Amino acid sequence: MKQRSLSFYLLAAFFGLFLLFLYGPMLTIFILSLQGPDGTLTFPIRSFGFYWLGQVFQEQRVGNFVEPFQRSVVLGAIVTVLVASMATLSAMAFRQKFRGSTVLFYLTISALIVPSILISLGLGVMFQIMGWSTNWLTSGLGAHLTWTLPIAFLIMLGIFNRFNPSYEEAAKDLGANDPKTFREIVFPLILPSLIGVGLLTFTLSYDEFTRTSLVSGQYNTLPLEIFGMTTNVTSPALYALGTLTTLFSFTMIIIAYVTVSRLNRRQQG
Amino acid sequence: MTSTTPKSAAANISPQPKAIVKNWDGLKPYLLAAPQTITLCVFLVFPILLIGVVSFWEFNGYSMTPAFTLDNYISVFSSDVTLKTYVNTFKFVGMVWLATLLIGYPVAYFLSFHIKKLKWQVLLFLICTIPFWTSNIIRMISWVPLLGKEGLVNQLLMGIGLIDAPLEFLLYSDFAVVLGMVHLYIIFMIAPIFNSLMRIDRTLITAAEDMGASGFNVFKEIVLPLSAPGIAIGSIFVVTLVMGEFITVRMMGGGQAASIGKLIQTQIGSVQYPLAAANAIILLFVTLLLVFSILRVVNIRKEL
Repeated sequence: MKQRSLSFYLLAAFFGLFLLFLYGPMLTIFILSLQGPDGTLTFPIRSFGFYWLGQVFQEQRVGNFVEPFQRSVVLGAIVTVLVASMATLSAMAFRQKFRGSTVLFYLTISALIVPSILISLGLGVMFQIMGWSTNWLTSGLGAHLTWTLPIAFLIMLGIFNRFNPSYEEAAKDLGANDPKTFREIVFPLILPSLIGVGLLTFTLSYDEFTRTSLVSGQYNTLPLEIFGMTTNVTSPALYALGTLTTLFSFTMIIIAYVTVSRLNRRQQG
Repeated sequence: MTSTTPKSAAANISPQPKAIVKNWDGLKPYLLAAPQTITLCVFLVFPILLIGVVSFWEFNGYSMTPAFTLDNYISVFSSDVTLKTYVNTFKFVGMVWLATLLIGYPVAYFLSFHIKKLKWQVLLFLICTIPFWTSNIIRMISWVPLLGKEGLVNQLLMGIGLIDAPLEFLLYSDFAVVLGMVHLYIIFMIAPIFNSLMRIDRTLITAAEDMGASGFNVFKEIVLPLSAPGIAIGSIFVVTLVMGEFITVRMMGGGQAASIGKLIQTQIGSVQYPLAAANAIILLFVTLLLVFSILRVVNIRKEL
């Protein structure tokens, strides 16, 4: 084996510190949520236990988080279905050059980089002028779409870039029309990636805060509810809720990554 | 991989007139792209146009009325607060940009040049991206038990006798705001740089080394110029995200910290929509100016 250079070890140490920076704070609240009843918001830990994880489900401790959780899941599911279908269709459109494709590409990117306060304000103003009241399911949905659609679209572009068109051409040569080719060739081939993209979209929507914060209306989604709790919940129950919802997201992300990488391996092999 | 037999596809031949087929092929990409285009128009373009319109409306203290007045812009430009807030926002932008670049570049470089197996490169990169998909709020809350007055960092520093009293600036300060934003947004810097570093043709480096270039020269003459587009894309993301920031400023800044996003958010909170709109249009303009100046310095075409 080749001797590794000094710079390798230095950079490896730097990378290790970076991962600590990235995950350290999260680990802290995981550990702090595993305290006994005498736990506080800071170290040192007096006793370990699952007391606070249980307390999350006691209404008086952290307020009612069940309904916000349900809202976030419903909204996430709607966003996922809409975004996954729209991103797939437009990524398929981008497999050929068409007039306006550059404009649409930049428009999509601009949805990502436009300051998020403009999305919130714009939707708020739009609903105000139209005389509609803001609601997590309407204006909230709009806010989520502006954030999740561009990301899903970029991933789908990458997936179709690596997609081997010879299967489709074979189907067409044999006389299958476009809908049939899609249903029987393209869709089964991209399905695993689509599930991956769907799960990532769901997670993004489930955890979205910035763009929704000003247009969610009367009822909060889960991240908004948690934000509200930061000011009035002063027990480790807050960390426990954070831990649970983060583990929920982690599960989705890891399933998504595994699904997508499985597909890549299969297409290569 | 599918069990579909070609036979069932062949059985479905539907002879179509040539003209229709040609029309359909021309129309197809537009139909496919339509849902996304419409969604972005309804929830992005139209709302921003409305912000532009409303920024000229009148506000009487309770509600807004259609008008054409420059009062909102005049009051934005004639206020000391605006200028100070912009200076403060640029300070955040500059610090977060520099920190994400100085931390993100070595990380991306390590992954793409020092890890030899593609499988490991991808795996380690994915590990870096996982937190990006999780909740920003919880990632910010996570800093509190570390940086607070009675937090772990202060306890450690006092424990080993480096300080006598807890450091107050660790949390609810400009420092905390920058730290929080670097933590949240660094992946936007790492991903594009990693992407452009991975594309560098390794034979270029071997050639340079064979001709006697030092490690530093290889970096300066080959790696850095070829990764410049990645740096530019990462910078665009970080700069625009920080320009409009208000949540981190609010949660980590503890009241005193100011940013233009937070100013607009406060104005929205008191339903001063026209004033908030004028501020937002100026913010959009300044942000676009920053993006275009980055694009002037570096050509990113090749990356897209």
